[in-house]
Amino acid sequence: MAEKKDDVVLITKDGIRHDGRKRDDLRNISFDVGVLDRADGSCLITWGKNKILAAVYGPRELHPKHMALPDRALVRCEYRMATFSVPDRKSPAPKRREREISKILGEALEPALFDYLYPRSVIDVFIEVLQADGGSRCAAVTAAALALADAGVPMRDLVSGCAAGNLLEQVVLDLDDIEDKIGQGDMPIAYLPNLDKIVLLQSDGEFTPEQYKEALDMLIPACKKVYQLQRDALTSKYSQITEEVGEDLEVDVDKLAEDAKEEDKTEKPKKETTETKVEAIADDKKKSKKADTDKKEKSSVKEDKKKKDSKKSSKKNEDKASSNKDKKE
Amino acid sequence: MTILIQDRSMVTPGEVIAEGDFTIGSHVYRKDKKIVSQVIGLVTIKDNQVSVVPLKGKYLPRVGDLVIGKIIDVSLSAWIVDIASPYPGIMRTSVSLDRRFDPVKDQTRKLFDVGDVIVAKVFSFDRTRDPTLTLRQENRSGGSSPYLGKLVGGRVIEVSPSKIPRLIGRRGSMISTIKQYTNSRMIVGQNGRVWFKGNSFEDEYLVLQAVEKIDREAHTTGLTDRIKEFLEEAKKNQKPIEEIKKGSDKKGDSK
Repeated sequence: MAEKKDDVVLITKDGIRHDGRKRDDLRNISFDVGVLDRADGSCLITWGKNKILAAVYGPRELHPKHMALPDRALVRCEYRMATFSVPDRKSPAPKRREREISKILGEALEPALFDYLYPRSVIDVFIEVLQADGGSRCAAVTAAALALADAGVPMRDLVSGCAAGNLLEQVVLDLDDIEDKIGQGDMPIAYLPNLDKIVLLQSDGEFTPEQYKEALDMLIPACKKVYQLQRDALTSKYSQITEEVGEDLEVDVDKLAEDAKEEDKTEKPKKETTETKVEAIADDKKKSKKADTDKKEKSSVKEDKKKKDSKKSSKKNEDKASSNKDKKE
Repeated sequence: MTILIQDRSMVTPGEVIAEGDFTIGSHVYRKDKKIVSQVIGLVTIKDNQVSVVPLKGKYLPRVGDLVIGKIIDVSLSAWIVDIASPYPGIMRTSVSLDRRFDPVKDQTRKLFDVGDVIVAKVFSFDRTRDPTLTLRQENRSGGSSPYLGKLVGGRVIEVSPSKIPRLIGRRGSMISTIKQYTNSRMIVGQNGRVWFKGNSFEDEYLVLQAVEKIDREAHTTGLTDRIKEFLEEAKKNQKPIEEIKKGSDKKGDSK
């Protein structure tokens, strides 16, 4: 990696950067949610040439116990770079930069979590950078938020990250490695898109007050774009299963809700022997609902019969999908 | 009062579901006048109460729940039980057992040793202390209580606790279907663990497949019928256990 400063034109007067991007162009971002089976939640993010893996375990018991907080969960974030993540081998021992990023990412994720719901436990967030190319902490926090959502940890909002920079006095979005290294300034932020709050804000280099304001004005809409991609990544996994199965995304939530209500009433129909109890207690409510749900069941059964042909073909796809899944395992 | 995300739609953390005079259900929180989702899940709006049924999540113990646990530690007078929750369950010999237990004469390990699988009830839980479990039956007249105690043999599989109601089905319809087709015993714990024991490996494998299918498709409609179809077809084409072993990795611990 020996590009001299004179070789690269960071940005032209018209605002075209060395890789052809304009000032406010983001690099390509894609997600793979739930990529690790054994973690409670996980996400692999590809942001430009960055490849970062986030894994969440928790909430779970914390050992050693003396570190546990009596009134809330401990959010423990570890950011590490793989030795092969950069062209010059990075030594495996955690460097100061990694310890700093671990700390700030943990502090960025904490406001989004309901830590008081799980006292004396720990929520572990592990971030491994497999390939780094500038802006890794923003990509990391973006992936970590999806991993937390994938794990089912209650959150106030997702967290979206993005960085701005100063290239030859022009404010640009989303620096890559070269721009970060030889540019004049780097400003990563992390943002709660629905609550409109900034949870991480750093600045490295030189920005005039006007440039700083311009950077923030570019960053907030950029984070919102990232958020849309995050949202789509979360729902697409499940809408994919729904499509395979041959149904609309509309679920008979009456069924789910009734079953969920049975759960809430702390009656547990586990075998058929306990059915009688459940009926006795919940009978009144169910009688009134049964009329509606019977109609819905009938209509859904009719739909099912119509769809049988399409189902058979989609079943074949499903079998393929499940056998592929088995092969992967 | 406006509903921004319709009933039966999927929602992600941070999205506003409704605004105005609604009451709060589960897995949502209130921000000013807005009701916001905490998790990925499906919106349920009933009688002005907004809830989200999550697709995934850890089990938080509730008093009275039936749970399937694995003994992870034994002491003179108590067992520590893993119940697939952020908090381990505690079972004390003095209060949790149906029969008399003398710490001097009797040995806790002879009753349950590390690695044993048990089904128990959650006796108490407040977030300041770990939950306690009990094996004592409540004596109810005119109704059988579920079996509590050690589970011998069979297999245990874990699914997301939020899918358990779907797995049980309305009044146990789904679980009865599986039991019927596979000729197996099944016990479903509210903590997401399912114990099952069949008469043959092939039958047990069928239960495993059915439970995994429900876990995967719990958010869709028509599941009961599809499971029936699946079980019928699978029963016809049942492969002997050697062929199944060649094909895929097996899940679930055999106990």
